[in-house]
Amino acid sequence: MSKKRILTTSMGDQTLRLLTLLMAVSVLVLMAWMGWQMFDAARLSIQKFGLSFITNRVWDPVKEQFGALPFIYGTLVTSLLALLLAAPIGLGVAIFLNEMAESKFRAVVGFLVEMLAAIPSVVYGLWGIFVLAPWLRETVEPGLAKWLGFIPLFQGTPVGFGMLAGGLILAVMILPTIAAISREVMAAVPNMQREAALALGATKWEMIRVAVLPYAKSGIMGGIMLGLGRALGETMAVTMVIGNRPDILPSLFAPAYSMAAVIANEFTEATYDLYLSALVEIGLILFGITLVLNFFARLLVWSVARGPKGGNVV
Amino acid sequence: MGQTLSVRQLEAWYGSNKTLKGINMEVASNHVTAIIGPSGCGKSTFVRCINRMHETMPGTKVKGEIVLDGESIYDQDPVALRKMVGMVFQKPNPFPSMSIYENVVAGVRLNGMRNKQNLQGIAEKSLRMAALWDEVKDRLNYSGMSLSGGQQQRLCIARALAVEPSVLLMDEPASALDPIATTHIEELVRQLKEDYTILIVTHNMQQAARIADSTAFFLNGELVEHGATSEIFTNPNDKRTEDYITGRFG
Repeated sequence: MSKKRILTTSMGDQTLRLLTLLMAVSVLVLMAWMGWQMFDAARLSIQKFGLSFITNRVWDPVKEQFGALPFIYGTLVTSLLALLLAAPIGLGVAIFLNEMAESKFRAVVGFLVEMLAAIPSVVYGLWGIFVLAPWLRETVEPGLAKWLGFIPLFQGTPVGFGMLAGGLILAVMILPTIAAISREVMAAVPNMQREAALALGATKWEMIRVAVLPYAKSGIMGGIMLGLGRALGETMAVTMVIGNRPDILPSLFAPAYSMAAVIANEFTEATYDLYLSALVEIGLILFGITLVLNFFARLLVWSVARGPKGGNVV
Repeated sequence: MGQTLSVRQLEAWYGSNKTLKGINMEVASNHVTAIIGPSGCGKSTFVRCINRMHETMPGTKVKGEIVLDGESIYDQDPVALRKMVGMVFQKPNPFPSMSIYENVVAGVRLNGMRNKQNLQGIAEKSLRMAALWDEVKDRLNYSGMSLSGGQQQRLCIARALAVEPSVLLMDEPASALDPIATTHIEELVRQLKEDYTILIVTHNMQQAARIADSTAFFLNGELVEHGATSEIFTNPNDKRTEDYITGRFG
């Protein structure tokens, strides 16, 4: 009797193991399969243009000229801009909510910040069209041009719709991700660590700098990378404000285009195979960029999280 | 040099829960004073009031007076006060992202000391005082977390000493350690009293008897009795002290 029982338990565990293994493997298979399918669909374009697809800056479907550089540029610049704006603010929000705010206030503001993540991106896009872009055109861009106009980034006609608008709207969209994750990892820092710093005569800021941030840094970086992932792939809101012009101009005011936006906008208009194939190749590149960035992000997180254990030089 | 402390009519709350009910106590300089009592008697709260750590928790309140070397601690910036009143906690809490060396000088660096030679000197001196130097001198760049529990606690003591406080508060510093590590810490405490005024919270009465010059017995937020350790353990004035040290409750 008892023997049978032990057998059933282990059978159950074995089944569980197999089942979960299957689930885990299915994710990998799905990813590889997607990559392969995209590669297959992009084959026509890859064979025709080769590496020049990435370096060519002309995108002219009428003349069958396809270069992805403007889209890569637009995606990277807007995402980077979003990250530069959202990372410090998100971190600041997290620090304030976790270390400074009264608990009632913390709950309310924390909830509101996280609500930002629940707003559909098309709504962000509408807000971008009717509020953000006009505001940039009439107030922000002329101001930037006046004070910082000696930098090429802030030269040119204020259009409103362009990379600055794209970057800003992405910043608002990834802010809650960065803030929420940073807040969570900071909340997980043991109070003992804070008290250790305070007992040495640390001010609040010194306590945050010495005890909280180093302890939470790998989690914070994880949150920032998650934000970056969202920014790279965001389609709707960006396409509504970026201006959708496949061009590489130094000014942030100038209209541009992003990879996700061009796929969404031109997919239905792709009237011949090479056109379609070129769009799929852009998707493949976006896929690749996301993977590579995530890989380096992991590497970065791993290297900072390791700390001085193995006898690193101070 | 250590400094004297006098506590007058000290009351402390956690929310609506009053954990200290009017403590009056004199703490002699360059003495080891042990605070004993059952769990929840307020002994931890008491030492946490002395470096104003108690107030850092939300919902807490303090009343009364603590005078350190003639000056009320409530007339001082808590940040400045904590540089004079060091603290060692129940569980070792080195900073995990820092090396052994960085841990020791963390507090000194906060005070603005940047000179590398001075920092190294302070690190060595503090680690020697904490009786840890010989064990770690060849691996100062290793993480503080690579040490054993007892070594980590001595590292935390070194970190507290590096700031050169005059009073050292120890909140059950050996309760998470094995007997050998505990012996190390106790020996250390006996040596440190030459330079510091030491208050040590302990639930271990043998420990108090071994290391303390004077002992204070707390019960339900009140100071029942405070006197020379030998007196408290052999000839207590109060019946409750006698009941506690003979193991009738607690």
